[in-house]
Amino acid sequence: MYKKTVAELLAALADRTISSVELTGLFLARIERHAGLNAYITLEPERALADARAADALRLQGGDAPLLGVPIAHKDIFCTEGVRTTCGSRMLESFIAPYDATVTARLKAAGAVLLGKTNMDEFAMGSSNETSYFGPVANPWDTGRVPGGSSGGSAVAVAAGLAAAATGTDTGGSIRQPAALCGITGLKPSYGRVSRYGMIAFASSLDQGGPMTRSAEDAALMLQAMAGFDPRDSTSVDRVVPDYRATLGRSLKGLKIGVPTQFFGEGLSPDVRHGIEQALDVYRGLGARIVDVELPNSRLALPCYYVLAPCEASSNLARYDGVRYGYRTPGHESLIDMYKKTRAEGFGAEVKRRILIGTYALSAGYFDAYYVKSLRLRRLITEDFAHAFERCDVIAGPTAPSTAFPLQAKTDDPVAMYLNDIYTIPVNLAGLPAVSLPVGFDRLGLPVGLQLIGRYFDEPLLLNVAHGYQQETDWHRHFPPEFE
Amino acid sequence: MSLSRKDVEKMAHLARLQITEQEIEYYREGLSRILGVIDQMNEVDTRTTAPLFHPNEEALRLREDRPDGAIDRDRMQQIAPQAQDGLYLVPKVIE
Amino acid sequence: MDWETVVGLEVHVQLLTASKAFSDAPARYGAAPNTQANVVDLAMPGVLPVMNREAVRMAAMFGAAIGARVNPRSVFARKNYFYPDLPKGYQISQYELPVVEHGTLTIDGDGAERSIRILRAHLEEDAGKSLHEDFHGMTGIDLNRAGIPLLEIVSQPDLRSPKEAVAYLKKLHTLVRYLRICDGNMQEGSFRCDANVSVRPRGQDTLGTRTEVKNINSFRFVERAIEYEVARQIDLIEGGGKVVQETRLYDSVKDETRPMRSKEEANDYRYFPDPDLPPLVLTQEFIDEAARALPELPDQKRQRFMRDYGLTAYDAGVLTASEETAAYFERVCEYAGAEPKLAANWVTGALGAYLNRDGLEIESSRISAEALAGLLRRIGDQTISGKIAKEVFEAMWASGKDADSVIDLRGLRQITDSGPIVAAIDAVFAAHPKQLEQYRTGQEKLFGFFVGQVMKATQGKANPAEVNRLLKERLSS
Repeated sequence: MYKKTVAELLAALADRTISSVELTGLFLARIERHAGLNAYITLEPERALADARAADALRLQGGDAPLLGVPIAHKDIFCTEGVRTTCGSRMLESFIAPYDATVTARLKAAGAVLLGKTNMDEFAMGSSNETSYFGPVANPWDTGRVPGGSSGGSAVAVAAGLAAAATGTDTGGSIRQPAALCGITGLKPSYGRVSRYGMIAFASSLDQGGPMTRSAEDAALMLQAMAGFDPRDSTSVDRVVPDYRATLGRSLKGLKIGVPTQFFGEGLSPDVRHGIEQALDVYRGLGARIVDVELPNSRLALPCYYVLAPCEASSNLARYDGVRYGYRTPGHESLIDMYKKTRAEGFGAEVKRRILIGTYALSAGYFDAYYVKSLRLRRLITEDFAHAFERCDVIAGPTAPSTAFPLQAKTDDPVAMYLNDIYTIPVNLAGLPAVSLPVGFDRLGLPVGLQLIGRYFDEPLLLNVAHGYQQETDWHRHFPPEFE
Repeated sequence: MSLSRKDVEKMAHLARLQITEQEIEYYREGLSRILGVIDQMNEVDTRTTAPLFHPNEEALRLREDRPDGAIDRDRMQQIAPQAQDGLYLVPKVIE
Repeated sequence: MDWETVVGLEVHVQLLTASKAFSDAPARYGAAPNTQANVVDLAMPGVLPVMNREAVRMAAMFGAAIGARVNPRSVFARKNYFYPDLPKGYQISQYELPVVEHGTLTIDGDGAERSIRILRAHLEEDAGKSLHEDFHGMTGIDLNRAGIPLLEIVSQPDLRSPKEAVAYLKKLHTLVRYLRICDGNMQEGSFRCDANVSVRPRGQDTLGTRTEVKNINSFRFVERAIEYEVARQIDLIEGGGKVVQETRLYDSVKDETRPMRSKEEANDYRYFPDPDLPPLVLTQEFIDEAARALPELPDQKRQRFMRDYGLTAYDAGVLTASEETAAYFERVCEYAGAEPKLAANWVTGALGAYLNRDGLEIESSRISAEALAGLLRRIGDQTISGKIAKEVFEAMWASGKDADSVIDLRGLRQITDSGPIVAAIDAVFAAHPKQLEQYRTGQEKLFGFFVGQVMKATQGKANPAEVNRLLKERLSS
């Protein structure tokens, strides 16, 4: 059961093969058994079982909801009313959110059962889940390796069968990169498709919540519940949410897949390159045409991002001041001393590093050279995509330059760590939807992820292209053997 | 571009982060490396390109002016580090 | 040396919306601490701002009223600084692109009208309040005010004296109240003023170094704070020193300004466009609609009062300083059918004095416009004299009764019948035979004595003209 997709679980729940209480109990037991993975920060067993009982009762009365009784996990960046919401930080170690994020509320309304909150890089700043105050998360394919980040806990929960599906957020690759490293399907929707209200902000113009699942079909099911206009988010886009599942299974014949030459240059591991090329062959077999496209400015996406995201973050994280909630240092001599110690003790090194970079780039004398410059580049990068999409329907390439790397391999070198996101970052800058799906394994048996990028708000096509691949292959059904 | 220790101290102060002597060097080094990457931005001439602030350049949506008075102060202040008589308490503010 | 004062004012006007600028918490004043601050105002993790349409409409109205440009596109930015009454660690404000730019406000300068240029007016959110009473040596923070919409109105340094600064401020105060975008309550902080003050040798073009004087919360203090600051700067320069650009706090008790300790360090606000808020785009239709919604503005009303009621510029100015006073005056004229000048005298005179004495606004006057009109009617139809009217007014104020009741109750009706007046004259003559004799022998200045005696005998109720006429008649007979 724990290996089944959401779509399959919904069928099993509908025909009473299993109850939500049984399913929830099964996942809770597995979470406990595999606590060593450290996928969860907070578990809510009583609440989960109560919700599962309510879901079963509703189903018994003939009621239904799109995800009724399906046990899921939330990245600990989504506020959950009455439940601890830490964002992976000491700053919010004992923060009980007084309200629900829109995503949380929508999934609750869709009948999903919340198992708990998953581990993550502190304030979503990281690509290995090693910046979490609550310790690193182990990759179920090799527990000596990282699961990727920042949504590492969610990726592992799905990959190791500790939840049927999970939510994640993606600012520079935080859904897609851990999905790739853990061998699951992860979708970053178009900017504005999923409400950011109640999703703790890292970089507001880049952050987007999305599903992390076992299949593209599951991603469609989850997105269906998560997406939609939210009057509480001024950047939420008021567009009809299509029926994502309805367009799955359409033929890929004649589909034009653009492959950017820039995504296959130096730094890409040969195994990953091989995996991507094989995946493209599968698409050829399905009748798709592969065309070369150019994203000439994408090589500057990384520097652009490492200005923009820290700038926004330095301001977004100013609210953690020890006044109204969260951590406050026990010993202080004055107000400014209280601020400085609270923030020094409450934040970890990577968060502080990014706050400092952002503060620097926004400060008098550097604003134009850094912040404004990065916004000009952002337009060039975005225009590159527009030009590329004149020649193709989706863009394909690697999600990450390598497969999962050993714990601590890159913790001493921020730049090496940031390079994990070179293929994912351009997509966030342009606000486009993109999905990562498993397309095989490297020589060490570690998953390889293919990234598909779509036009703005073209999630239906993107999901169908991913689904088409998964109808043809079974990479997404592979399960880490130690966790069977 | 390389940062000085003084730059780091200034930024840490602006960002209200206490920073030790050893940390100054740690951050100075890391930030200088990142700035080295960031400076690659100058490889492209962007003088004729307008800044793009947001993925969607739509207009701000405005909300109707209808208040919702349902505010539970006590609940909000249960999670406060220090509160009394409905007020949040902080070390003395000097004007 | 002859020094010239140069002042620019930054006025923060709290907009009269029902909810806050970026959250739907109520924007009510005076509620128990932190009961008007919701998750958005408290800057809980994950919350987002959504702009209040009404605040934008009010800004557009203000722009139209001062003949300014209402920008079709403006941008909200974040002003980053740490302060416990600023929950997000930044204030949402407008920086490079404000919603309103380049307007003017006309004031009565020393003898002549002066146009003061308004550089910009931008939307922003208010901060909370720090309460400095002692909480075990700590400061208490109330965030009820946090997020209330403000319009910050920035003038050019066009004001040349403390008096002009006050005139500008009063004019602005009148205007925002006419527009009903602010209640103008300075004690409650809904209308606040900071002054940028500098001096320069008269005739010099360049501006001197300015200081920003904060915490000026009444018209009187504006004048005094600027006077103090100007004198301080002149003393400093003449003593060989230099003015330092800094923020200073006005202490109304000591009547002095002093540097603000917390603002000593140079601030670097790191403004950047708020990524949570796309640009504010206003359609021409929205801007036109705001302009169409403008009421008759103070200057227009004043002109009309001069033209239609034949009032002096001064009287018209006093009567139109508040819309309520103007409306009161117009109602009095309408009901009384009285001479507007007489109505103006009563409204600016007795009524103003009584309101002032009792600390009342004209809306809560103890004598309504209708009641005052009733009194003026009785003066007009000679039921009472102007002098008696003052007594009636006082009684009306005290009792809340109308003029006729007071006149009847106190028997103040003017005597115009010749019978009782003749009787009174005869009685006076009988009582003062010596004076009568003197008058008849040529001491005609005694006429006034007889008028006084007759008025006294009739308790002032006799019609003075009639008394004059009948006295003359009897004395010459």
